[in-house]
Amino acid sequence: MKQIYLDHNATTPVDPEVVEAMLPYFVSRFGNPSSVHYFGREAKVALENSREQVASFIKCKPTELFFTSGGTESDNIAILGTAYRLRDRRKHIIIGASEHHAVLRPAEHLACDEGFAVDYLPVDSEGFTSPEKLADLISEQTALVSVTHANHETGTIQDIKSLTAVAHEKDVLFHTDAVQSVGKLRVDVDDVGVDMLSLSGHKIYGPKGVGALFIRRGVLISPLFHGGLHEKRRRPGTENVAAVVGLAMALEIAQRRLESDQRHLGELADFLIEGAMGAIPDCHLNGPRKNRVPQTVNISFHGVEGESVVLSLDAENVAVSSGSACTSGTGEPSHVLTAMGVPAVAAQGAIRFSLGRSTTKEDLKYVLEILPRIIERLRAMSPVYNQGK
Amino acid sequence: MSGGVDSSVAALLLAEQGYEVVGAQMKLWDYSDVGEGTYEDNRCCITESIADCRLVCDAIGAQFYVLDMTERFRKTVIEYFVSEYLAGRTPNPCVVCNSEMKWKALLRKAEEIDCNYVATGHYAIVEKGDSGRWRIRKGTDASRDQSYVLWRLSQEALSKTLLPLGGMHKTEVREMAKKHNLRAVDRPESREICFITDNDYRRFLREWEAGMGRTPEAGEIVHADGHILGRHNGTAFYTIGQRKGLGIAHPTPLYVQAIDTENNRVIVGDNDTLFGSELDATHINWVSREPSSEPFEARVKIRYRHEPTPATVTPLTEDTVHVTFKDKQRAITPGQSVVFYEGDVLLGGGIIA
Repeated sequence: MKQIYLDHNATTPVDPEVVEAMLPYFVSRFGNPSSVHYFGREAKVALENSREQVASFIKCKPTELFFTSGGTESDNIAILGTAYRLRDRRKHIIIGASEHHAVLRPAEHLACDEGFAVDYLPVDSEGFTSPEKLADLISEQTALVSVTHANHETGTIQDIKSLTAVAHEKDVLFHTDAVQSVGKLRVDVDDVGVDMLSLSGHKIYGPKGVGALFIRRGVLISPLFHGGLHEKRRRPGTENVAAVVGLAMALEIAQRRLESDQRHLGELADFLIEGAMGAIPDCHLNGPRKNRVPQTVNISFHGVEGESVVLSLDAENVAVSSGSACTSGTGEPSHVLTAMGVPAVAAQGAIRFSLGRSTTKEDLKYVLEILPRIIERLRAMSPVYNQGK
Repeated sequence: MSGGVDSSVAALLLAEQGYEVVGAQMKLWDYSDVGEGTYEDNRCCITESIADCRLVCDAIGAQFYVLDMTERFRKTVIEYFVSEYLAGRTPNPCVVCNSEMKWKALLRKAEEIDCNYVATGHYAIVEKGDSGRWRIRKGTDASRDQSYVLWRLSQEALSKTLLPLGGMHKTEVREMAKKHNLRAVDRPESREICFITDNDYRRFLREWEAGMGRTPEAGEIVHADGHILGRHNGTAFYTIGQRKGLGIAHPTPLYVQAIDTENNRVIVGDNDTLFGSELDATHINWVSREPSSEPFEARVKIRYRHEPTPATVTPLTEDTVHVTFKDKQRAITPGQSVVFYEGDVLLGGGIIA
């Protein structure tokens, strides 16, 4: 039986076109871009062409784009690199309450081990924060504000442009983790005005182990790695040319398909939401219907444990997640949902379906066939659900 | 699944017998909770053991999950363990883990993912008796029998249990493991409490209490005849029958005879004083035998490493009994499990008061 993959927010299959583009850089065009000779030049050309492509995708200058090993690394460089450089003058960091751990943990580290004060921007019941809430927390002591563009669990899309404007009024740098939005939504750093932006290859049908960090000209960071002169010292280390080429190709493909993907996924997501919520009582969507990345569908099924739903679906060849891929494994409810005010009991029963290019209506029909049964069975066993019934 | 030989072979056997197997390892504790730097490579919850579970499950096409149950384990097993020692008793945490974690929390999880049974690599036999009651019998390999730690299992839990190794000898199991190239074969098997990998329960208790902001209270070591002989550094660190670590110079060997938590004293005496011919037990669970109020003869074990010995068991209330031994037994220890057998059938058990 075919496996149905509905966990595209965790990772995506690499597009065959991307694989094709990458292959030459393993065996034949294998040179180190820093080498002076023919092999180096060949690799360097590929590296810089890729840089131009990625830069044009998010509308920045190639000189402002730095390749890293992925979203987590980009977030760490942006947050820690800024904090370390500014620590003598500014010791305050503001991050969103629903950030991915790749943003949360560097901020926590700054608070616990480096003497920084960290504030969390509250969000409403749909996951949106607001410029007003930022204005309340920001001061001349603030070194950096970091708010994720599109949330990994619910798909909520923040108004980064307005938030950045508030930060700039107070002369504060603004970083956004756009790992879940680049390739799915139009991202224009010029229009939005952010100072730094993280993106990752494996969320948009590119390879794992590669990402990028946009750092606006004029913004300086303390590098976390020390070594060669690569990436203008922002990120030393021999460049992963094949993966970078893959990233560029993935974004080129995303550019082509953006509108049709959005439409296709939007329709499928609506089909899933209506189907699930129509057939199953006592459930609700976590996140907004509008201003949401179309492919992300996070539904709480009251009275059941998300983990049991995930395992039950896994037994029937359907792959989903509860909480984010990083946090499932602990018994704690998702901090994203908690920040949205979702009560623990409902948060425990949250399932994230994240659709992708290969998802078909047939796949979802199958899911809609088996899901109600699973929820019913779990509810019949649940003391929590049957209280007061 | 622990990653060890027994549970791995159990999984392999069940797959061979045509069951659809789902492998699960319960994540029960964090090293930071139980003393970092003391762990050894042959226990659950360690990356290598998880990797071994995955290999076995992969080989039989089974799903494998690591289930986080640290919170529940802390509350039901570790806290029980600590409070028993503080109360002057010597607990057997594995018994509680079996009934509260494996055959309750894990069983519940299994049911939620539509499984019919929980299976383990325990050397014991579970079967339905003629009366319709579920029975536990000793494993065929007498030297490996683990029925003792299963006395708390309910009839419901037993009805959903598979113990594929019960009828096998350890040598057979090891051969099967070798045949399947299980890495666990080469690792030494450990018998300690899983969350105290260096086997030093005193260190564990000290650190746990320190973590709670408490220090054990020192007190007197008293001879049974009333003389104060020395000082102890906390009654929790002593157990009945203990000889070493008393720190007392005495012409004859001294053994811990009783622990008096009320007066914070450890009472010692010579070897003879350790022998008793009766005990009371609480928390009685009837397994193979129907609960009744009639006294009966049985062979009784008062600790894991003990030959079942003839005794009369007299039920007092629904969940308490009095046991009178035919011969005197050494070091009857409150907190330990007492289990009643008839031949190889486990009738029931309880906790020594």
